[in-house]
Amino acid sequence: MQSEIELYRPQNLAEALTLLAQYGPDGKPMAGGTNIVVELRDGHHNCKSLVDLSRLKELRGINLEDGYIVIGGGTTITELIDHPLICMHAGILKEAAQLFANPLVRNRATVAGNLVDASPAADTAPPLLALKAEVQLMNRAASRWMKLEDFITGVRKTNLQPGELMFAIRWPVPSDRSAGAYTKVGLRKADAISVLSAAVMVELDDAGLCKQAIIALGAVAPKPFRAHEAEALLLGKVLEPELIAEAARLAAETTRPIDDIRGTAAYRKRVTAVTVRRLLTRAVEVLK
Amino acid sequence: MKPQMITLHINGRTHFVALNPNLTLLVALRDLGYTDVKCGCEKGDCGACAVFLNGVAVNSCLVLAWQADEAEILTAAGLGTSEHPHPLQTAFSDAGAIQCGYCTPGMIISAKSLLDHKPHPTEAEIRDAISGNLCRCTGYAQIIQAVESAAEKMAAEGPAVFGGAGGEG
Repeated sequence: MQSEIELYRPQNLAEALTLLAQYGPDGKPMAGGTNIVVELRDGHHNCKSLVDLSRLKELRGINLEDGYIVIGGGTTITELIDHPLICMHAGILKEAAQLFANPLVRNRATVAGNLVDASPAADTAPPLLALKAEVQLMNRAASRWMKLEDFITGVRKTNLQPGELMFAIRWPVPSDRSAGAYTKVGLRKADAISVLSAAVMVELDDAGLCKQAIIALGAVAPKPFRAHEAEALLLGKVLEPELIAEAARLAAETTRPIDDIRGTAAYRKRVTAVTVRRLLTRAVEVLK
Repeated sequence: MKPQMITLHINGRTHFVALNPNLTLLVALRDLGYTDVKCGCEKGDCGACAVFLNGVAVNSCLVLAWQADEAEILTAAGLGTSEHPHPLQTAFSDAGAIQCGYCTPGMIISAKSLLDHKPHPTEAEIRDAISGNLCRCTGYAQIIQAVESAAEKMAAEGPAVFGGAGGEG
């Protein structure tokens, strides 16, 4: 049963923010629509008014600004794949984009849409968490930056307030002494919803000790998250295989997976330990 | 919310239609007679409804018709005519890349999107390009073969103009 809706089509950012302010809790921003249109078709959509952001030029663009990579919220997943700044400074995000749904969906789905939708399996979340991304939330009166880590609060729950849209996403350009690795565990190559998606970033100091390690996991807890305890274990140490394996086990312990049609909780925990070990090993190999 | 008039430029023809806000572009296209655009899963998994929207290949089931207001839409049938088919249309026919035909229009849109960006794709790139298009009868071997042979033919013939504003309009 097709849901009844009101749809507003602002031509620019100012109009969009005015409409979102006007409709408050009843209004919801819509970008590519690759999730929302399916919800409408199934009659699952509970929002009265949609504000279509798909024609706002202000939400597009990938730029280098003051040591940050800044991407507009309306950047499509396809636009990430071949962009030189993403290829050079965010290889793990490029990899995630290449495995995101399928090309027809990637041409329409946006980064902000993926994050605001806040699925536990949101494919852009683990790489962006590993890159220490922040999101810029904007309403008619003001804008604020928030750590992505704090933005997603639970299953399809975020800190986006009524009247706000996600304007941009940014992360600091990673140091030359850092390397990342990403993988997605799915039941098939295309159109797969993740059983696990995992991204790591490792930075070594001049002495070869771990200066920073980030382990970000998706689809194994109510929200994509960082395994802080496992990260802390690696700090200041030489990343030997045994230490990496111990950190990977610790990361797996911090997951809170569920059984579903794609895999059991027990499998998800086990595959997390193996995957994190391999990703950390791969990142360290690159830095050698 | 009341229906609104929107303008759709489809295969070189312009249509003014009054539509409700919750209707998808897929429904609008089929109601206007563009039945080469197929309705499959209606949730972005099968690619049977793929069209070009302002030059970008998308699933028309995931776009609300109002979002396509004033857009240029190109469907698989708009790529060529019976007298002057697009090389992809010829290649699909020659390679037997069609059994029931239901996935074919979407396959051709995804293949054209690939060749627009990568005129000399590898087999892996072809497989990735059609990974959002499901075929449930012939398998994919002939389809991949058809895309390869169309790419070769198009490269040999140089930059011909296909699927512009002309079509059957």
